[in-house]
Amino acid sequence: MASLDRVKVLVLGDSGVGKSSLVHLLCQNQVLGNPSWTVGCSVDVRVHDYREGTPEEKTCYIELWDVGGSVGSASSVKSTRAVFYNSVNGIILVHDLTNKKSSQNLYPWSLEALSKDSSPTGIIVSNGDYDREQFAENSVPLLLIGTKFDQIPENKRNDVLTRTAFLSEDFNAEEINLDCTNPRYLAAGSSNAVKLSRFFDKMQSFTDRRRFNFKSLHYD
Amino acid sequence: DVLNTPANTTLCPQVLFFGFGWLFFMRQLFKDYEVRQYVVQVVFSITFAFSCTMFELIIFEILGVLSSTSRYFHWKLNLYVILLVLIFVVPFYIGYFVVSNIRLLHRQRLLFSCVVWFTFMYFFWKLGDPFPILSPKHGILSIEQLISRVGVIGVTLMALLSGFGAVNCPYTYMSYFLRNVTDSDILALERRLLQTMDMIVSKKKRIAMTRRQMYQRGEEQNKQTGFWGMIKSVTSSPSGSENLSLIQQEVDALEELSRQLFLETVDLQATKERIEYSKTFQGKYFNFLGYFFSIYCVWKIFMATINIVFDRVGKTDPVTRGIEITVNYLGIQFDVKFWSQHISFILVGIIIVTSIRGLLITLTKFFYAISSSKSSNVIVLVLAQIMGMYFVSSVLLMRMSMPLEYRTIVTEVLGELQFNFYHRWFDVIFLISIKRLFQTFPLILIGTFSRLMLKKFYKCVKSMTS
Repeated sequence: MASLDRVKVLVLGDSGVGKSSLVHLLCQNQVLGNPSWTVGCSVDVRVHDYREGTPEEKTCYIELWDVGGSVGSASSVKSTRAVFYNSVNGIILVHDLTNKKSSQNLYPWSLEALSKDSSPTGIIVSNGDYDREQFAENSVPLLLIGTKFDQIPENKRNDVLTRTAFLSEDFNAEEINLDCTNPRYLAAGSSNAVKLSRFFDKMQSFTDRRRFNFKSLHYD
Repeated sequence: DVLNTPANTTLCPQVLFFGFGWLFFMRQLFKDYEVRQYVVQVVFSITFAFSCTMFELIIFEILGVLSSTSRYFHWKLNLYVILLVLIFVVPFYIGYFVVSNIRLLHRQRLLFSCVVWFTFMYFFWKLGDPFPILSPKHGILSIEQLISRVGVIGVTLMALLSGFGAVNCPYTYMSYFLRNVTDSDILALERRLLQTMDMIVSKKKRIAMTRRQMYQRGEEQNKQTGFWGMIKSVTSSPSGSENLSLIQQEVDALEELSRQLFLETVDLQATKERIEYSKTFQGKYFNFLGYFFSIYCVWKIFMATINIVFDRVGKTDPVTRGIEITVNYLGIQFDVKFWSQHISFILVGIIIVTSIRGLLITLTKFFYAISSSKSSNVIVLVLAQIMGMYFVSSVLLMRMSMPLEYRTIVTEVLGELQFNFYHRWFDVIFLISIKRLFQTFPLILIGTFSRLMLKKFYKCVKSMTS
């Protein structure tokens, strides 16, 4: 059996962008036939070959925590969701390429997740507004995934790609644009697959982990 | 002198209402979505603007603004427009957007949305048959036909909402009903939730590793199904898929449990927030109001029952009756005519403002709860339809709250509808919706019971596997 360090990755984004389909694709290598609304959080596990092809190769599990909901949810839902944000090694931000609002909402999403995670460098959350310095100091690896790529007509593709390039610069993250109903975007050897493995490798070696402490949940 | 009406008096407020509807749509309803089809926003704002204009005309009626012929003209105009919107425009667009969402029908969407609209019109027309809406002297294609049907639907909606509100409102406002929730309760639930998630993760890891091993050994990954599958699974090594399906079942049960725990935690958090709110000044004020509202709701239920049991319809409106009582019993001399105008203005104004506000708040909550990025257009249009019908029937029912001299315009414009029918219908639906709520009480019990059963099942599963 492989070594069992725990690697936890959050998958965040507005409802309807395709997080559940994405997680299913990443973990089961199959397209999700009947996506339905995620209530609470659904977890899936991906078996990942860390440092594939090198002598240090080992098999590890990546837990993908798909948290449902929207940024405009009631505060009771937000406080409950915060339970899932502890001890996070990485965050995948998912947005819908055909919906600009979902891309804009990634800022509040990432703030919500990162502010619950007080890293040693101490991210200061001011009044909820986006601040570029916060992301520069952030040490949690981020990955940006844009879905429904196939639904964008050819002539608009360049605009969309420029927009997402700005977004990935803001978050200081890699970006992947794909269609969750088509596994060929993540075929072995493609640049997307390489980016994905690099991201997962980064997290395995990301050692800034906090012991999960129930008491500190609310009395920070 | 109809054409001499200063355009400011009627056009300006209408533009204001339109603007308000537009802003409400953009800032509140669609704040998380992207408006791709502006026609939806336009239709919503138009429905809102013309509905509010109707209320505005009632106020003008009471205050005596503008001459009565010009008021009549504007009433008729407004009514035609709003009926046009509610019966032709909105249903057509609802059909259009529903059809656009369905992939198969996407190409012929105009054709199919016309089909949908004709079906709607058929049922809409049929709606009038069982009700004694009209006196027989009217023809087929008259405005009374349309208004009466719109009125029935709207009044039903209003009564349902009122009935629900009457029972829900004390529960929401009053802190008497709040269970005591402590932080440790919430923490305990959260701990259980995370433990459940951890169990799901460890089981999924087992499944993933087993699958990988099976794949590496060259066995078939997919579950064996069908007759030959059963035969095969008996003879082949049982370690693979049999174990897998058992673990998968456990995972499914655990996932269901995690969803339940999540919802329970959200519920507790919401209760805790309400408790904190009730300790603030605003909270105390609303709690106080809640007691008054409860008494008012009980009174309404009581009156509705009396009206139906004793088969009576109130002949005088509250304002005139109140003034009469004051004059007779307290011996205070009032200029009845003068005061009745002002008081009914205030009363009607309050009713209008609170019903618009209440409706908008309810619509927003409902919208947030059920919409998604695909269905948002359809839902907003459905809400616009409900809003329009609600406002039209408010006008019908408001007639009861106004003194006789102001009722004339409503009666005149809306034709010879059997108004009493509407009031009776309101009371009936109101009571039915209350009864429905008391019937859901056993459902709540069943829900709690099933949750307990689920927990027992989970314990059994846990004891079997560990």
